[in-house]
Amino acid sequence: MIAAHLPALQVVVPLLAAPLCAILRQGTIAWLIALVANWCAFVISIALVLQVRELGIISYELGGWAPPIGIEYRVDLVNAFVLMVVSGVGAVIIPYARKSIESEIPRAQRGWFYTMYLLCLTGLLGVTITGDAFNIFVFLEISSLSSYVMIAMGRDRRALTASYRYLIMGTIGATFIVIGIGLLWAMTGTLNLNDLADRVPAIEEARPVLAALAFLTVGISLKLALFPLHLWLPNAYAYAPSAASAFLAGTATKVAIYLFFRFFFTVFGGEGFFDSTPLPEIIMVLSIVAMFAPGVVAIFQSNIKRLFAYSSVAQIGFITLGISLASEPGLTGALVHIANHAIMKAGLFMLIGCIVFRLGSMRLEDMAGIGRTMPFTMAGIVVLGLGLLGAPATAGFISKWYLAEAALLQGLWWLVGLILLGSVVSMIYVGRVVEIAYFREPSEKVAGLKEAPLSMLIPGWVLVIATIYFGLDTTWTVGIAQDAAASLLSALY
Amino acid sequence: MSTILADLNYWVTVFLLVGGLYIVVAHGNMIKKLVGLSIFQTSVYLLFISPGKILGGTAPILDDKYTLYSNPLPHVLILTAIVVGVATIALGLALVVRIHESYGTIEDDDLTDLESDT
Repeated sequence: MIAAHLPALQVVVPLLAAPLCAILRQGTIAWLIALVANWCAFVISIALVLQVRELGIISYELGGWAPPIGIEYRVDLVNAFVLMVVSGVGAVIIPYARKSIESEIPRAQRGWFYTMYLLCLTGLLGVTITGDAFNIFVFLEISSLSSYVMIAMGRDRRALTASYRYLIMGTIGATFIVIGIGLLWAMTGTLNLNDLADRVPAIEEARPVLAALAFLTVGISLKLALFPLHLWLPNAYAYAPSAASAFLAGTATKVAIYLFFRFFFTVFGGEGFFDSTPLPEIIMVLSIVAMFAPGVVAIFQSNIKRLFAYSSVAQIGFITLGISLASEPGLTGALVHIANHAIMKAGLFMLIGCIVFRLGSMRLEDMAGIGRTMPFTMAGIVVLGLGLLGAPATAGFISKWYLAEAALLQGLWWLVGLILLGSVVSMIYVGRVVEIAYFREPSEKVAGLKEAPLSMLIPGWVLVIATIYFGLDTTWTVGIAQDAAASLLSALY
Repeated sequence: MSTILADLNYWVTVFLLVGGLYIVVAHGNMIKKLVGLSIFQTSVYLLFISPGKILGGTAPILDDKYTLYSNPLPHVLILTAIVVGVATIALGLALVVRIHESYGTIEDDDLTDLESDT
């Protein structure tokens, strides 16, 4: 009985848990509620993946109203996969969040933090699962508004300005998305993504439809921080509370990337339309610049969270590169990298949060020799760093392998070279962290540090182990992503 | 001239859209930026509402007497969008208050200077 309502429960469970946290206020109880709700969401998402694999696309009529009038939740392999990544990353972060939040947020605000966290999760899951274009906007704003609040809760006063700038950029992005949706609605008379996919191909050449595509592309690019629209991201991730950084870095941009997939290949999916526009070239060029420019900026950062935030922009470049290739291995690589990067970056920000917890500083210079006093934390960071640069036997290798394969398939030899070179850039900034942490004499402050508490270290290491595991066994990543990519390209939805 | 008048609502939409976006980009004062953002969002309300209205159309009543009616959907959508807009501006203003408390200024340029010092 419950199995039939899983798509609704996926969103409703965290949505109802959020006000509960707000009413109870008390930190520990709110945390427990968030934990239970997030784990339920994760279990539901796994059940959805299994259901979709067995029965095909699930269409859920919200409130029993049939699709063109009511809102439809539609789950295919692509969004089931993203749902699993988002709720899975959250499920690992939540046990970690308790200690970390206790040290970073005053007692009276802790309940609010979990409320915002759950609302953000609700929004992200909602964007992913919904089959209605306007619903996408509403959920996107739920997740964005709550993430602005989470960022503003950071201890540093720069968190406030970071949050404000993110709010301005994020709202411009969201408004562009609504304009795009509005134009599509005016031309087709429907907001249902499935109906749009049926009706848009016939009028693809019409000027308002092309304008809609342009507005959607720019709006979504702002949300996913595609170079050069990434300027809000580094400070937002750097000054947010550690648990929020980890969650946002792992999930928020990934959901925006999912929207790229949905709009480019489902709504505008007919007969190689994506290839006939200049979009693949534009996105490819921006992705290549994104692989290098923010990577080079990352090398010169003195704040470790900012360093890895810039690295996020670079890694997003790898994902959008896969989209621009618009071939099966390209999309597989992009989808797999959504999962792998979510795991690796969330893990990195969690372990960096461990360092901040003990050291109280985010400056790289203060971390000299920290590899000797916090060996497990640093070892985890090194493994995840290796994953970022795509070392064999880590998850990062798998995604870059598929991207390189996609480039070769289209005879773009130079692109393979650039992908490798992009990894070299990541090697430099990861190398710099390793050098400071291991090859310098620890300062007095660092020498007196203890290893991070287990409740923070274990969740971090779960993601470290996941990085290695998904580098060796890819049935749950590549296995699903390949089928998902095939269904995207054949415009099945 | 007649084409401009025929599509007047769209011209107003475009004017508000570009004007609002310009204020966001060009002004350094954080409150003015939010005002611009609000104008920018308002343009979208108009974009949605205009194609829903039909001259001489009634409210959508299921009756044989009325055949020509306006589409109610955009009104519902825009009600939602207004709520989202209000929440965004409220949150933005709250942030500006907090920024003023901790920095003593809400000018973008001054903030950039203050931030690079610390």
